[in-house]
Amino acid sequence: MLKTRIIPCLDVADGRVVKGVNFVDLRDAGDPVDAARAYDAAGADELCFLDIHATHENRGTMFDVVRRTAEQCYIPLTVGGGVRTPGDVRALLLAGADKVSFNSAAVANPDVVRAASDQFGSQCIVVAIDAKTVSPGKWEIFTHGGRRATGIDAVEFARLVASNGAGEILLTSMDRDGTRAGFNLPLTRAISDAVDIPVIASGGVGTLDHLVEGVTQGGASAVLAASIFHFGEFTIGEAKAHMQAAGIPMRMGR
Amino acid sequence: MRTVIVDYESGNLHSAEKAFQRMAREGDAGEVIVTSDPDTVRRADRIVLPGDGAFAACRAQLYDHRGLFEAMREAVLDHARPFMGICIGMQMLATTGLEHGQTEGFDWIGGTVGPIRPDDKTLKVPHMGWNDLVLDRPHPVFDGIETGHHAYFVHSYQFHVDDSAHLLAHAEYGGPVTAVVGRDNLIGTQFHPEKSQATGLEMIANFLRWMP
Repeated sequence: MLKTRIIPCLDVADGRVVKGVNFVDLRDAGDPVDAARAYDAAGADELCFLDIHATHENRGTMFDVVRRTAEQCYIPLTVGGGVRTPGDVRALLLAGADKVSFNSAAVANPDVVRAASDQFGSQCIVVAIDAKTVSPGKWEIFTHGGRRATGIDAVEFARLVASNGAGEILLTSMDRDGTRAGFNLPLTRAISDAVDIPVIASGGVGTLDHLVEGVTQGGASAVLAASIFHFGEFTIGEAKAHMQAAGIPMRMGR
Repeated sequence: MRTVIVDYESGNLHSAEKAFQRMAREGDAGEVIVTSDPDTVRRADRIVLPGDGAFAACRAQLYDHRGLFEAMREAVLDHARPFMGICIGMQMLATTGLEHGQTEGFDWIGGTVGPIRPDDKTLKVPHMGWNDLVLDRPHPVFDGIETGHHAYFVHSYQFHVDDSAHLLAHAEYGGPVTAVVGRDNLIGTQFHPEKSQATGLEMIANFLRWMP
């Protein structure tokens, strides 16, 4: 049986983890590679790096982080942030990423998703959707860290990128992100029901029950979280055990 | 001893290279190199064929590298060198692929690669993530691996073998999904051993010492 995935996400700027990671004795709490290795050992099912200040000038630092991570971690790695063209995808895949995530560029030009998935396969193309509730049962895509409204309906957009060949959707609720109030469950459910591809729920996790709800009520195939893991509030093992106890199939041990 | 990972510009070889190199180092199994040179492939002691993307595209890309497939066939079929296919590299062992039209495979292991159609319609395709293996037949590459151990899958099509003796392991996803195929000196894994933590690394180590 396929297991539900837990994915810790690291925000990286200029090759360093933003705010650091403090859940184990790391040699360097700001080194994404050290953190990745610790999460791999702790039983994370995948890893996600988000380059939050990605520009053409500092791209090289991220390539180096991805390369060193791929040399030491034998679980899948998704990399996002500043990905605009199939050429950006190729460069990250060659550095060692397993999946690459489009965000604003896919909103500006949904055809880039088709171009990239035709070239590299759907399995490695993720589309990150940042959505906000605009009225009950209605969600809109926001870009630029949630500051810019686009007028695009999130559910329609999810269907579009799925038909354009995205292999997975990373869905972040911008009204929940950072609140610790739990995932936006109606949004997660609406997107998950609208597409056949897996949906990763993100934004708002504060408790282990939130992770459970994302799957049982939101219909997510995977859950992504950052701060609850980075600061040692909960371990990956505790999260998995909690979800398993709630009846969700998890990969425990090997 | 030299193991080659065949590079025909399909996807990310970095993780596979590092995983095979690490296990070769730990098992004293010689060197592991990535190459697209037919002569190097022809002389290799072991051959690994990865592959990401779509069946038809991978097949076309492999053929675009003049002499590469012939070199591989010579080493694997004429000289019986151990061969491991990964993901699309495994699927291409089949007679026919049905992704993006009908494409001929190598026909090294009889069968067809068709779409995954879970009988439970709520199940998503691609089949993406960790699934537990059910070992159907013993094999030296399974040394230390047990039914219930997990591997990382990401695919929308699967290999239906003609002869059930060639099905070595499967996973359950709204019906059986082929996980490992093999015969004689050939083995292929649908999942990514280089992304499957301890279970995957152990299978790589086993492959590197396998004497079929």
